[in-house]
Amino acid sequence: MNIVVCVKQVPDTATERKLKSDDKTLDREAVDGVINELDEYAVEEALTIKEAHGGEVTVLTMGPDKAADSIRKALAMGADKAVHVTDEALHGSDGLSTSYAIAQVLKKIGFDLVILGSESTDARMGVLAAMLSERLGVPQVTLANKVEIDGTSLKAQRLTDYGFDRVEATLPAVVSVVEKINEPRYPSFKGIMAAKKKPVEKLAVADAEIDAAKVGLAGASTEVVDFADAPPREKGQIVKDEGDGGAKAAEFLASKKFI
Amino acid sequence: MAEILVLVDHVDGEVKKVTFELLTLARRHGDAAAVWIGPGYEGAKDKLAEYGAAKVYVAADEELTSYVVAPKAELLAQLVSEKSPAAVLLPATGEGKEIAGRLAVKTESGVLTDVVDVADGFVAEHSIFGGAIVSHAKVSKGTPIIAVRPNSTAPEASPSTPAEEQVSVSLSDAAKGTKVVEKVVQEKGERPQLTEAAIVVSGGRGVGGADNFKVIEGLADSLGAAVGASRAATDAGWYPHSFQVGQTGKTVSPQLYIAVGISGAIQHRAGMQTSKTIVAINKDSEAPIFELVDYGVVGDLFQVAPQLTEEINKRK
Ligand SMILES: Cc1cc2nc3c(=O)[nH]c(=O)nc-3n(C[C@H](O)[C@H](O)[C@H](O)COP(=O)(O)OP(=O)(O)OC[C@H]3O[C@@H](n4cnc5c(N)ncnc54)[C@H](O)[C@@H]3O)c2cc1C
Ligand SMILES: Nc1ncnc2c1ncn2[C@@H]1O[C@H](COP(=O)(O)O)[C@@H](O)[C@H]1O
Repeated sequence: MNIVVCVKQVPDTATERKLKSDDKTLDREAVDGVINELDEYAVEEALTIKEAHGGEVTVLTMGPDKAADSIRKALAMGADKAVHVTDEALHGSDGLSTSYAIAQVLKKIGFDLVILGSESTDARMGVLAAMLSERLGVPQVTLANKVEIDGTSLKAQRLTDYGFDRVEATLPAVVSVVEKINEPRYPSFKGIMAAKKKPVEKLAVADAEIDAAKVGLAGASTEVVDFADAPPREKGQIVKDEGDGGAKAAEFLASKKFI
Repeated sequence: MAEILVLVDHVDGEVKKVTFELLTLARRHGDAAAVWIGPGYEGAKDKLAEYGAAKVYVAADEELTSYVVAPKAELLAQLVSEKSPAAVLLPATGEGKEIAGRLAVKTESGVLTDVVDVADGFVAEHSIFGGAIVSHAKVSKGTPIIAVRPNSTAPEASPSTPAEEQVSVSLSDAAKGTKVVEKVVQEKGERPQLTEAAIVVSGGRGVGGADNFKVIEGLADSLGAAVGASRAATDAGWYPHSFQVGQTGKTVSPQLYIAVGISGAIQHRAGMQTSKTIVAINKDSEAPIFELVDYGVVGDLFQVAPQLTEEINKRK
């Protein structure tokens, strides 16, 4: 089975993230890039499926040069090879154009199964899997916390607002997974060493038949108008419970008219 | 005035509050045209009228809800091309965002998700990076497709007599790719919905077990609040996943959020940081949740929470 897992490099959520004042895009240079933590579950699921059904796992990343670090991490976990789409023309792509670019690459490299994380921790759109399904004309099996594959049929549990749906589809398909689905493995020392030798194919927009006019800031269909720091929260009052903590909290709630 | 399509969020005919928020928002910028997909419209029509829908497009065909997401996007795309609305508003729930994404591809339009307000010219406000930055964005191509976070607009009633139009779509094969074979509803009792509630009381690992969650439920009930949980609590099976608050759970923005036995990890904060007033009960004075609070009690939740519940009940 040809499994492609989409991995994004994002700024570490624990650091202070900033937008650049010139083009209002995320400042990716100023912060440490890490693999989007939700994508680790996608990599794990891809490896688990490969172990059960055979095949190959390809990591697909679109992002600047430094995103190569996140690719290495996925390779160290056990993926076989990677495709890194990187080009100045892609800078500033929004959701719609990212989905276009990635769909073009998927058409070029082929797939039986595409697996994504449920959302990226920077953009937090949670739309890419649905968009890829739409563009590629294959089933959308998203927000899954359980995936079972039998031949070319796929059964999954999809988390919803009210609980979950049991869903069925056939391959090829686009899957996104939630963090309940598995426990991502840590790369072993052997895995880290092996990753250094695994092939990473770099693609520029022209190599993947991506129309440069449809991506990047120029091709974006949304535009950030302005941004500012949110007003800081006022420092709150903290009391130690001396047997009357509950009563004091009730007084606070009453002062705010909640009770 | 131009029409603004509002996708009605409902579970088997029970309309979610976010729908009234979206109708209220739509009325500020044009004529609100609700789009009803699936069964149950007759029981819900009065509610849509109460919140000022000028029109309702009713698509009751069961096929539309028998497959994952794609049919709803196909129906909306047809309406966008036939009615040329000024914008489409959807709820920023997991599914609402996915519908928005597919619709954006179909109509070659820009899409904005997790929006907290919509100003003139469909300029959308976002609260990003865990609430640290407020930004504004707009759609520069196609029809603005905007997914709005529940609980970010106060719903205002404005009774109307909506015109009804039945609509249907013949689904493409691609839209029937993923079949829903069973729907499992895990809602609990009579409490308000987590994303809709004015007050949310959440419990974390400190609660220590499924049975102990009655301490959280007792406090919630004294306030008429919804119950939430941290990932530690849902992973342990103490509470269903649909009650998880945070990065990979629900984003809530209530008037009051009470975190009980929750440390306040960054992923938890991502789902509750924009709450108006935040209160925490935690025995560790160093817990990061205290950096966010308006009021914090350092103490044992099994002492503090029941006392608080009792005080509230006494004052009623
Ligand atoms: C990819 C990913 C996604 C995630 N998504 C989410 C998410 O959506 N939501 C989420 O919540 N987390 C999420 N997490 C997990 C998050 O990182 C934390 O692990 C989690 O929030 C911790 O839950 P907690 O605060 O209940 O537990 P802990 O961090 O263990 O904190 C428990 C707190 O309870 C206090 N306590 C213990 N006993 C008592 C007592 N008797 N009285 C008073 N206080 C007491 C302790 O002092 C402690 O501060 C995610 C993590 C990852 C990696
Ligand atoms: N630039 C990218 N390169 C590869 N995968 C991506 C990229 N952006 C998003 N993804 C994938 O899409 C998922 C959802 O992202 P988003 O829709 O941006 O929240 C992520 O978890 C990744 O699996």
